Amino acid sequence: MEGYNFAYLDEQTKRMIRRAILKAVAVPGHQVPFGSREMPLPYGWGTGGIQVTASILGADDTLKVIDQGADDTTNAVSIRRFFARTAGVRTTTRTAEATVIQTRHRVPETPLREDQIIVYQVPQPEPLSRLEPSRVQTKIMHALGEYGLMHVKLYEDVARYGQVSISYDYPVMVNGRHLMAPSPIPAFDNPKLDRMPALQLFGAGREKRIYAVPPFTSVRSLDFDDHPFRAIRAPHACGLCGATDCYLDEVVVDDRGKRLFVCSDTDHCATRREAGHSGADSLPEAAE
Amino acid sequence: MIAPGALLSARGLALSFGRIVALRDAAMDIWPGEVLAIVGESGSGKTTLLNVLSGNVRPDGGTVAYRSGSGAVVDVHAMPAPALRALHRSEWGFVQQDPRRNLRMNVSAGGNVGERLMAQGARHYGNIRDEAARWLETVEIDASRIDDLPRTFSGGMLQRLQIARTLVTRPSLVFMDEPTGGLDVSVQARLLDLIRSLVARLHIAVVLVTHDIAVARLLADRIMVMQNGSVIETGLTDQVLDDPHHPYTQLLVSSVLAA
Repeated sequence: MEGYNFAYLDEQTKRMIRRAILKAVAVPGHQVPFGSREMPLPYGWGTGGIQVTASILGADDTLKVIDQGADDTTNAVSIRRFFARTAGVRTTTRTAEATVIQTRHRVPETPLREDQIIVYQVPQPEPLSRLEPSRVQTKIMHALGEYGLMHVKLYEDVARYGQVSISYDYPVMVNGRHLMAPSPIPAFDNPKLDRMPALQLFGAGREKRIYAVPPFTSVRSLDFDDHPFRAIRAPHACGLCGATDCYLDEVVVDDRGKRLFVCSDTDHCATRREAGHSGADSLPEAAE
Repeated sequence: MIAPGALLSARGLALSFGRIVALRDAAMDIWPGEVLAIVGESGSGKTTLLNVLSGNVRPDGGTVAYRSGSGAVVDVHAMPAPALRALHRSEWGFVQQDPRRNLRMNVSAGGNVGERLMAQGARHYGNIRDEAARWLETVEIDASRIDDLPRTFSGGMLQRLQIARTLVTRPSLVFMDEPTGGLDVSVQARLLDLIRSLVARLHIAVVLVTHDIAVARLLADRIMVMQNGSVIETGLTDQVLDDPHHPYTQLLVSSVLAA
């Protein structure tokens, strides 16, 4: 686009962000500070993710952007169009065709490959933030690997609710060393992060942090020996494609309380329907 | 650097805050399983000494040596911060005068007691909970209150909860800063009784800072009197209190109101 550098950010900024990314990859799960720039979208809409994507995007990349699993929501559409205009890269909604996937709140159901990079938008990179308000203290805790406090939170959950009540942004241990916030993906997606062949980058624009999980790195969800981690999903089949193994959204379809459970990953659902799978459509009774 | 058989030895400790001298050539030893009381008036350097001994405040001069469970002698102020923090989490404990400084007020009693266990790597919920319940019973808190928040506890209960939280990892050395301060007399007596029996049963060495001679007489095996940052008299508790030599100690002992 006339008057703009390739992929919007100037080259010096990209170099700075790439240096942060390299450091983040070298120390899996460690939060690396970076000079987050003002981006033409508000904080909370993916300013961190968009900067990471801008820095790693090449002219021959194919970009996919998802928001809560969907390719067609405002956030996904505008970021995809942003890069189509400022970088002229090809865009796609197919997980398998993409080389770079920027995501908010989901990991695609289709397993990712070694030649793909997934970029997560992160609102709060510090997994201990709700337990210890001081950044000085949490940095010391990360440096010394003192994560007893996180287990106190899990203990409290089990004592109060009989199970760990964290359903998204479920804390994980990366490479057996750093405690990491996996961004607000459902706990259902946590097992996908473990030993994923694709490179995983996390960008938090407002909090000015970048962290990463290199390919094939162990990512373990925290738990107790006698209360092991469980990936939770709604006990239904997708109303459109009939899938029973993927993460579902609950959609209210009329003003009489009728509900529909559908795959949150729209690409996964469409691919399955093209392959001939079908669900009980919008009949929630049958979907039980 | 460390006296034979001693758990913790300090030599030549000096510290001043600007023109104010807080410690002047202070030295002490503590042996396993003994209770050492540090007494003196406000501003005599008792709490500063405790902070220096526990590694929280670095002295201008002098050394503090500790014999760890493995038998190795370590210099408390020369060891790296992670090792010192690990020591504080495992073999040491610190009981504050105000339990709110040590407890997590928005975490249940069970979680408070279990935190040190989890920090040491305990990952079995059932075991952590059983241990927490056992410790609540030990400090005379009803085990049914395990899921209650500390803010619903009375002052005496908070202090006992803090003691349970500190002793759950069975430390060999516990620092106590005025553990009975701010409690009313009957609660104080019960707490002293509890501390005395626990310390004897678990064979814990205690460095106890107090301004209350009665507390020292009840708990301590040995006593150390401080004035203006110097140790002026030290000896067996009964010996020092019944036959004080230093004029200041004589004043201190004679100023205790007879009950």
